[in-house]
Amino acid sequence: MKLSAKIYSAIIFGFLFAPILVLIVFSFNEAKSLSVFSGVSLKWYQELFRDKNTLEAVKNTLVLAASATAISTVMGTMAAVGINKLRSKWYRAAMNTVTDIPMSNPDIITGISLMLMFVFVGRLFGASTSLNFFTMLIAHITFCTPYVILQVLPKLQQMDKSLHEAAMDLGCTPMRAFLKVEIPEIMPGIITGAIMAFTLSLDDFVISYFTSGNGFETLPIRIYGMTKKTVTPKMYALATIIFLVTLSLLLISNFVDNEDQARLRQARKEKKGKKD
Amino acid sequence: MKTSRNTQMAGTYRAALAPYSVWSFLFVLVPLIFIAYYAFTDNSFSFTTENITRFFTATSNMVQEDGSTREVRTYLLIFMRSLRLAVISTLVCLLMGYPIAYIMARAGEKAQKTMVTLIMIPMWMNFLIRTYAWMTILQDTGIINGILGKFGISPIHIIGTETAVIIGMVYDYFPYMVLPIYSILAKLDGKLLEAARDLGCGTLSVLRRVVFPLSLPGVISGMTMVLIPSISTFYISQKLGNGKFFLIGDAIEGQYVANNLHFAAAIAFILMLILLVGMTVMKYVTTRYVYGGE
Repeated sequence: MKLSAKIYSAIIFGFLFAPILVLIVFSFNEAKSLSVFSGVSLKWYQELFRDKNTLEAVKNTLVLAASATAISTVMGTMAAVGINKLRSKWYRAAMNTVTDIPMSNPDIITGISLMLMFVFVGRLFGASTSLNFFTMLIAHITFCTPYVILQVLPKLQQMDKSLHEAAMDLGCTPMRAFLKVEIPEIMPGIITGAIMAFTLSLDDFVISYFTSGNGFETLPIRIYGMTKKTVTPKMYALATIIFLVTLSLLLISNFVDNEDQARLRQARKEKKGKKD
Repeated sequence: MKTSRNTQMAGTYRAALAPYSVWSFLFVLVPLIFIAYYAFTDNSFSFTTENITRFFTATSNMVQEDGSTREVRTYLLIFMRSLRLAVISTLVCLLMGYPIAYIMARAGEKAQKTMVTLIMIPMWMNFLIRTYAWMTILQDTGIINGILGKFGISPIHIIGTETAVIIGMVYDYFPYMVLPIYSILAKLDGKLLEAARDLGCGTLSVLRRVVFPLSLPGVISGMTMVLIPSISTFYISQKLGNGKFFLIGDAIEGQYVANNLHFAAAIAFILMLILLVGMTVMKYVTTRYVYGGE
């Protein structure tokens, strides 16, 4: 790399990481200030673990993310399998379009549209507050599933179709062949999709903001509430922890993907070896 | 035997897709219809175009710099401001992001992987907190002014200006610009560049005549991915603009908080329509000029 390229990269990565560095450093600040550092202390982390509402929000976020991930992974994988086998051109185009909508629409539109429907349906049943855990869960499943499909579908398309036939010729029922052949083959896609769904759900603020209610508060919503008042380094401590958790999830998913690619390369090598 | 097995399996595949088909109909398409429905009805759900007209005609008095007031069309002004800030942020992202995407694509395999991860990492920090961190950096008593003060430079005032809002947008959506451009540039055939050089192109003209035109699909998808969240954001402007620069997202959120759901829906409806038209035009232009009408 040329010197100028190195300097430019350093500037860009400096810009990207400066706020994160500031955040992590000030989470250890002894004083309450977010701009003057006066000494190292863990007091904000201690205070964080004493804050019942925040811990409750952490629990809510995890419950919501886990439920949304479980449902969207199963539904998304099933959908990918179905889309992969679709013969009807217009059905395929329709599925591609509806999968694309939650990803290309601004979050605020997705959030508002779901909220309006929930409020309307709630009113039909005479409910005064129609937003709760379940409306949020529906919203999260809705924006997570497309990402699962996008991870699984390419794996299905890359798959060698004769494997399934071979399994059936060897006596597997179609269902059994599917479970024994297709599922292991697309597993890396399912896992990456699930991890993406989980992190998207953990981090979502805008859509959650419009679809939450009835005292069910997730972390991003709590953070939003906290930043409306003066913020203490307690929130930075919280951010540092979330950051480390999501970062490790990212590294795991990278690792799974690398393993998968290594396995593919190995398989190709063996295939080539046999041909020679 | 095999055909009957296959038709049986085809039924299973259709059944596997069924839950998602129903789900996306109920929770993707129907909600969009509800936006239109709310936008064109009043509180008692009878038809009206008043919400839409209000967007185009509502006026308010804006205090100008010299202290005098001027009557302006509130929501048109807000929309134009959102568009302007989003376009500026997108262009800044492009100017800053293209070179780094190019550097990444030309780096060694290992360096490429590391740099892609480095670009992505900030996205995994909650965006509210990232934005808030910028607030503490840019504040009048913040870190930048603290550093400037040590060198005896008088403090600069950034927070609460349009510049601060643009910095926030650029920072939050920068990876969305870099990653699509990078993924196109990384796949670029090195032989094309060699050929251009052999035919007498200098470094700059290789970039201008070969690399840039070939990377246009990445540039366009990067620009869309930055423009859409920037135009609809409501948190960045609240925090970094001190609430002085109302954007279209703030308008929607404000109406939601005030429980004016029908007007919130009308603004969302108009925003959605404008984005849809914009995206369709862009798609048409790209297939026409970038892919040569394929």
